[in-house]
Amino acid sequence: MNMHHFKLYDFDGGIHPTQNKSQSTQLPINTAKIPSKLILPIAQHIGAPGNPIVKTGDSVLKGQIIARGEDFVSCNLHAPTSGIVGEIKAQEVPHQSGISDICIEIMTDGKDAWVDHQGLDNYLEADAAGLIDCIAQAGISGMGGAGFPTHVKASIPASKINTLIINAAECEPYITSDDLLMREYAMEIIKGIEILQRILLPEQCYIGIEDNKPQAIEALQKALKENLDDTHNIHVVVIPTKYPSGGEKQLIQILTGKEVPVAGIPADIGIVCQNVGTVHAIYQAVALGIPLISRITTITGDAVSSPQNYQVLLGTPVSDVLAQANAQQDKIKRLIMGGPMMGFTISSTDIPITKTSNCIIAASDQELPDPAMEQACIRCGMCTQACPAQLLPQQLYWFAKSSNLEQAQAHNISDCIECGACSYVCPSNIPLVQYYRFAKGEIKQAKNDKKSSEQAKLRFDTRNARLDREAAEKDAKRKARAEAAAKKQATKKAAPPASPTDAEATGAPTVDIDLLKQKVLAAQTRVDKAKERLAMAKEQNLETADALELGLNKQIDKLTAAQKSLEEANS
Amino acid sequence: MSLLNISSPHATRSGNTGNVMLTVLLALIPGIITLSYFFGPGHLIQVCIASATAVGCEALILHLRKKPIAFYLKDYSALLTAVLLAISLPPYAPYWVTMVATLFAIIIAKHLYGGLGQNPFNPAMVGFALVLVSFPVEMTTSWSAPFALLETGIGFGQAVQIIFSSRETIDAITMATPLDLYKNQVEIATASEIYQSPLFNGPNNEASIALGWQWVNLAFLLGGAFLLWKKIFTWHVPVSLLVSLSLLSIFIGWDSDSYVPISLHLFAGATMLGAFFIATDPVTASTTPLGKLIYGAGIGALIYIIRTWGSYPDAVAFAVLLMNFAAPLIDQYSQPRTYGHKKAVRGLAKKD
Repeated sequence: MNMHHFKLYDFDGGIHPTQNKSQSTQLPINTAKIPSKLILPIAQHIGAPGNPIVKTGDSVLKGQIIARGEDFVSCNLHAPTSGIVGEIKAQEVPHQSGISDICIEIMTDGKDAWVDHQGLDNYLEADAAGLIDCIAQAGISGMGGAGFPTHVKASIPASKINTLIINAAECEPYITSDDLLMREYAMEIIKGIEILQRILLPEQCYIGIEDNKPQAIEALQKALKENLDDTHNIHVVVIPTKYPSGGEKQLIQILTGKEVPVAGIPADIGIVCQNVGTVHAIYQAVALGIPLISRITTITGDAVSSPQNYQVLLGTPVSDVLAQANAQQDKIKRLIMGGPMMGFTISSTDIPITKTSNCIIAASDQELPDPAMEQACIRCGMCTQACPAQLLPQQLYWFAKSSNLEQAQAHNISDCIECGACSYVCPSNIPLVQYYRFAKGEIKQAKNDKKSSEQAKLRFDTRNARLDREAAEKDAKRKARAEAAAKKQATKKAAPPASPTDAEATGAPTVDIDLLKQKVLAAQTRVDKAKERLAMAKEQNLETADALELGLNKQIDKLTAAQKSLEEANS
Repeated sequence: MSLLNISSPHATRSGNTGNVMLTVLLALIPGIITLSYFFGPGHLIQVCIASATAVGCEALILHLRKKPIAFYLKDYSALLTAVLLAISLPPYAPYWVTMVATLFAIIIAKHLYGGLGQNPFNPAMVGFALVLVSFPVEMTTSWSAPFALLETGIGFGQAVQIIFSSRETIDAITMATPLDLYKNQVEIATASEIYQSPLFNGPNNEASIALGWQWVNLAFLLGGAFLLWKKIFTWHVPVSLLVSLSLLSIFIGWDSDSYVPISLHLFAGATMLGAFFIATDPVTASTTPLGKLIYGAGIGALIYIIRTWGSYPDAVAFAVLLMNFAAPLIDQYSQPRTYGHKKAVRGLAKKD
């Protein structure tokens, strides 16, 4: 309960980039205006996309489900405000590859009229299944960045969980949305944690928060004191500011000293981790019946005159919030969704804010200049010092560069969390993470290729087996027929006894004729081919024409000979 | 508005490879000043010769390789190689010795392997080793005595003359290094007899380790500490090198009547220069934390072995080069345990 007595662990590596957080913490959270059009991607989470259940022209109310997550790992999507459904079509969505995906447009009517909604009565006495269902209905997915459906995480059997970790570290520079959320909504967050505790029954709950957020820490502690009696087991744990302490694996290590096993999940060591924003959304859904239709997004960067946090409706185009924050369009050189370490650039301001958009950085040229030219790697090892996953980034770089995928895998490239600490410190300005992404892609491709070639081989083998089987069946049938014929013949022979030479004489020619027919056909084809070749050679005035003519004559002779012998056999 | 489309991370620390090299050069300054204070301007002249040769060779090769010359010269790696080589050489070695060593270091040991970052052997030490085995006379008779032991010091003009033309006056100023002297005499004399030489305690017989050399070593130690503080390299290599050298000096050479004592091993030769500036060359050293410890300890052990039983006066160059051979293998067997893994991967990747 007392943060001063809490034993903290450190994680290897880490960096201390310039924080750039104070720009956006000067003002309280502002509410962004309702834009004229909302663009809502049906896949704002990890897992199967939602299934649109509205069509163009439908009227929708605020909070009404417009796409339903039908798979287990999927999420519902709600109308963030009232209006008319516009087009449902593929548009560019927030994604590092700039891909397009199905989006539902809503032409807002400005009335902001709610659908009937209400929270669960006495939710702290509700059973876990009811609470999980409520979270699932509200379409909540992880709001820290990954966007994993929250109800799926909450469905881990409580017997497996002993620790609940609330990720409030917010370690990336620039981003302050969680900071402001905690300052202004600490009570709701504590109540959200209580809901999660009701579901997961952890023995303890830690809120991990970096020491660069004193006001948020104070707010949380005050809310704890005011809302709960002394028996609660929620600890606000202040951790040193170091990037990437907010990485799930790193935060778990800091707070518990444990490591998530390779290819495992935190639940394997009895831990569930939830982002503080997600916890707030859980409270809103369970206590108030408000689905996830808006989020807090930091709008910052040098090109923004009044950086601030905004409560933004999901689907709001980035251009709308930028305009409200007085962005100078001509000053924006790089537009980043997310933080400067792990966020991705977007190439258009039409892209909408989604459930995972915690920050928009409109960076000027001076702020984030073009990357410096890559110099030679001098193996200085600063990257190794910075890596929080205890990898050897420099070795991985050489392996990736030479496409030595085997060695890259042996050096655990798949454990790279792409935090960017190595690239940040590299004195040679090598874009290391890009190299790793390339190698990871190649490895994935090679695995897929191997899989498909295995499948192809299987298909081929199966086909061969089938052909063999069919041939064998045919053979057996023929044999059976031959045997039957032989028996018939035998009975015939038995009835009118004939000389064996007669039998041979009648049997042999039939075989011969077939053979001769084949020979004629073959000879005919050869003649045709020879004629073709000759014609071609003549057309091109080739010297070989004479030789070809000679060959053709020979083939014709052979053909006539074959035809002759066939006629003889027939007669 | 055209937006830059680029993948993360977007923030990077300012600076480049050139800053790293310049920081190392900066850290060499106390050592170079101390060397010049005690042994005259010889090293300064050698630094000039080597630097000019190195930059010239680098530019030539870059031109032949069709690389942008200014961009690569600005990483200052050739300059650093030149300075390290120049202060390793005897201060009054003939100019052509320095030039041959530098030429070989830059062209053969660096660029023929692919340039900066690709060379398996420390270029400065390759150059040093080449001239040591090729020109043994020039390399062993060009060390000057500390000026305190000379009737008159060497002026700049005289130094230039010795290095570039006449070597007639050199006998008046040269002397064996204390490490060399002790090693040669320890078979026939006791420690107290050897220490009679003013090479150790100076003309006025004040208690010290090795006149001049101790301060030179301390100055390089200071520079090394600065680089550690600036996080240019980690403590692993220098510490393990010094520890392994010290342990061997204590356990094998505890009897100073039979062996060179630990004080001379640490403070009389090129030990500190080697530990903090040569062995830490990242390109040719081991790169894993455990690997660095093994690499440094190996150099320390080899320095002791070669100094004690070998025939060369100092051993840093050969010790470093021998461990350069081993570095890639050490790296393979010293990978750290990755987060979430039970144990570290050791050795080469297994083929499927």
